[in-house]
Amino acid sequence: MVEIESLKKWIELYGEKVTENKEHLNQLDSDIGDGDHGSNLTRGAAAVKEKVSESDYDNLSDFFKDVGMTLVSKVGGASGPLYGSAFISMAKQAKESDDLAALLEAGLDGIQKRGKAEAGEKTMVDEWIPVVAALKENKLTDEVIEDSLQKTKDMKATKGRASYLGDRSIGHIDPGAQSSAYLFKSLLEAGAVNG
Amino acid sequence: MGKKVGMLVVSHVNDIANGLSTLLDQVAQDVTIKAIGGTEDGEVGTDYARIQEAMDSFEEDKVWAFYDLGSAKMNLEMAMESSDKEVRLFDTAFIESAYTAASLIQADVGEEAIITQLDELKIKE
Repeated sequence: MVEIESLKKWIELYGEKVTENKEHLNQLDSDIGDGDHGSNLTRGAAAVKEKVSESDYDNLSDFFKDVGMTLVSKVGGASGPLYGSAFISMAKQAKESDDLAALLEAGLDGIQKRGKAEAGEKTMVDEWIPVVAALKENKLTDEVIEDSLQKTKDMKATKGRASYLGDRSIGHIDPGAQSSAYLFKSLLEAGAVNG
Repeated sequence: MGKKVGMLVVSHVNDIANGLSTLLDQVAQDVTIKAIGGTEDGEVGTDYARIQEAMDSFEEDKVWAFYDLGSAKMNLEMAMESSDKEVRLFDTAFIESAYTAASLIQADVGEEAIITQLDELKIKE
């Protein structure tokens, strides 16, 4: 089970990471997309910070729902509905379970339902799938996060904006996988993962 | 409200959405056509809240939605999930299919016949 305080810390750290790395995310995105992933997430993170500071949450579901809805409305690019769907899906799951792996798995389901992406298509899903698998076995480490991220480099994009580039997408790290890597590194740093 | 079906066109750019709407109005004076483009602050992108608002504001019960790129589709799908309208989403060539639909709705062609014709313009997943 996870404590709500550590998950609030998680989201706070994630917001800091995407803000600090805004230019890096924009650069990764301009290599194979439209170049605004960092700016979009930074805007979303600021809106989330404002939103969650207004409330005193006593349950996970309400917290995740506010995070998700804020991301959907404020992020603008494709990452808005994708991250938004992840958190909205986690909000639903949080009503039944406070197991972190189950929550993140629900988040992954939300992303896949929205974006229809499968493994190996060079999207954020390629970061989420191995991380969720590792979490289930209580083996999530920085190494798992980083290795999964690097693997997106050799993939050819077949989903999302980068798919228009075809083979030219090979050799670049996927920006959505990079921002998801920040999300999961934040999770470790927030102390939300047991063991 | 002149027809049973209204049209919602969503683009990442406001000028594209409005431009397409101008084009459609020329062939479909009696069809309700709403255009949403860009983010709320005028940047390139799509805006869930405005799409939702536009979708719900139709007098028609049926709304046919057309979009340019994938994230517009994702926002449309999210809006559809919480809308009372009967929304049909077309994964078709944006301008050509919207133009075809507008012309045929205006001409009172049956919905199934229009949908069959639009299927040939499907270019997106």
